[in-house]
Amino acid sequence: MEVAAGLRPSVVTVIKPGMLTTIQDAGRWGFQSRGVPVAGPMDPVSHRLANALVGNDRGAAALEITLLGPELEFNDERLVAVAGAEFELSLDGRSTPCNAPFIVSAGSHLRFGARGRGARAYLAVSGGIAVAPLFGSRATHLVSAMGGAGGRALVAGDRLPLGDPGRVSGMPLAPQTPTVLLPGPHATIRVLPGPQVEHFRADALEVLQSAPYAIDHNSDRMGFRLEGPRLAHARGADIISDATPLGVLQVPASGQPILLMADRQTSGGYPKIATVIAADIAIAGQLGPADTISFEVCTLADAMAALIAQERALMAVEARRT
Amino acid sequence: MTDYRIVAAGDSAIFVEFEDRIDPGVNARTIAFAEAISAANVAGVRDVVPTYRSAAIYFDPLRTDSAVLMASVEREAGRPAAAPAAAVAPVRIPVCYGGELGPDLAGVAAFAKADEEDVIRLHADGTYRVFMLGFVPGFAYLGTVDHRIAMPRHATPRVRVPSGSVGIAGIQTGVYPAETPGGWQLIGRTPVKPFDPFRDPPFLMKAGDAVQFYPIERREYDAWK
Repeated sequence: MEVAAGLRPSVVTVIKPGMLTTIQDAGRWGFQSRGVPVAGPMDPVSHRLANALVGNDRGAAALEITLLGPELEFNDERLVAVAGAEFELSLDGRSTPCNAPFIVSAGSHLRFGARGRGARAYLAVSGGIAVAPLFGSRATHLVSAMGGAGGRALVAGDRLPLGDPGRVSGMPLAPQTPTVLLPGPHATIRVLPGPQVEHFRADALEVLQSAPYAIDHNSDRMGFRLEGPRLAHARGADIISDATPLGVLQVPASGQPILLMADRQTSGGYPKIATVIAADIAIAGQLGPADTISFEVCTLADAMAALIAQERALMAVEARRT
Repeated sequence: MTDYRIVAAGDSAIFVEFEDRIDPGVNARTIAFAEAISAANVAGVRDVVPTYRSAAIYFDPLRTDSAVLMASVEREAGRPAAAPAAAVAPVRIPVCYGGELGPDLAGVAAFAKADEEDVIRLHADGTYRVFMLGFVPGFAYLGTVDHRIAMPRHATPRVRVPSGSVGIAGIQTGVYPAETPGGWQLIGRTPVKPFDPFRDPPFLMKAGDAVQFYPIERREYDAWK
C-alpha cells in the first residue's frame, strides 16, 4: 500500500453530509471538573470495531453517521471500514459490505444508501481523522461547539485531514461478525440501581421494569427523554447538583426518566434511579426517536461478564490486524 | 464510623458523598478529596469530578484494580477536613452592571426594595466561592449571594443569554461563558471570558477559588480587549 508523498494533503471531502455526521474519538476525558463534557461515540463498541478493522488505535477519530448517511470522496489510497448500523454502501457504484475493511483510492466515491437496523454507523479510515485535538480529544461536542470540525456536524465541502496510515500489512480482513447485536425498534437494556435509588419510592425499580419506555422525538446525543411508567420520588425531585455519568437515568419531577448519553452535561440536579451497564451503552446508542426500551435490573457480576465478553470479541479483531 | 458514603453508579463510576448540604467546609473537603484521588493516579481512573458535596470517580472497570481504588478512596475520604488553606488572591472579574447588558438589574432592585446602585454594591462587595463547575465548559457556580438580592431565577428561561452575562439565581451567582438558554437574573456583563480554549490558561476559575466582581463603566466594557 502506497502512502501519499506529501505534496497533496490526504483528505476526505464531504460531498453530502448526511443527517448528522460528526467526528468522534473515545471522548474528552479529564476536564469534567471544569464543566467540559466527554462527548465521544454513542456506540463506543462499533466505533472501536471500525477502527480495529482498518488497523487504527482504538481511540482514533472516526465519523459517527446518524440515520441518513453521507457521500464522501477520497484523494488517497486508504483502508476504510463501516461498523454499527446496517447501511447499503456503494463504492464507485459497486456494493461493498459493512463490518469489513475495503480499499479506497484517489477519486473514490463512497455513498451511503438504505439503512437497516441501528441508528448510528461508524466510518474509520486508516490513519484516523486528524483534525486538531482540543483538550486532548478530537470528539465533537455540538452544544459547546468544541472539537471535530469546528465543533459542528459536517457540511458539504468539508475537507477532513487524515493521519499517517503507517504500514498496513497483510490481506484485508474478511467481514467480521458485528460486535454489537443491533436492536430492532425495541431493545432490552440492563441497569444497576443507583446512585440515588433511595430518593424514590420503594417500588420504583419494579415500576421501571414493568413496561417499555418510548424514546421521545426531543432526544439527541445529550440524552433520550423517555415516556413510560411514572417513577415516583420519595424525597422530592431535587438534589444538590452532582456529577452525571454516562447511561444514568435521571428523573425530574414529571417522573419520566431521561437517559443521559454521550453529550450529557457534566452535572445535574435531578435524582438518578439507575445506571445502564457499560456493556449495554452500545445498544442504547443504536436507538433513536420512537424506539422503545425495556429496562432490566441486573447484578454487577452480570454487568462485568457482559463487558468481558464484549472486550474479548473486540480484542480478537484488534489482534488480527497487528 | 465514617462520615462519608461510597455509592456505585453503574459499573464504571462511584460517588463519594460527604454531608448533604451546601457549605464551604463540606465543599472544601470534597475538592481536597478529589484532588488527592486525581494525584494518586490509580490505573484505570478516567476522571475525578468534585461537585458541591460529592466527588464522582469515573474508571474503566476492565483496567482498574478495585481493591487499589477503594484503598485509595478510604484513605483519602477518611482524612478529617483540612484547616482552611491560606487565603489565595481572589479572581477579580469586571462587570458593566445594568442597562442593556444587565436587563434584570431593575427587577432585582425591585425584589430587594432598593436602588440599582445598592444591588451593584451588594453584588460587588461579596467574595464568592467557586463551589463547582458544570452546565457548560467554564461555568462556575458561585456562592453565596447576599440574601437581600438572592432573587430566584425566571420561571421561563430566556432562549438566548449572551456570553459574559452575569446572573443571580437565589443564593448563586455566575457568568455565562457561552451563549446558551438560561433562567438566571441578568444584572450585568463582563468583557472577560470565563472559558477560552485557545487562551492559556483556558479556564478563568476552578473549584475552590475565591471570586470578586467590580463595576466598570460602559466605556471600559466597550474598550476592553
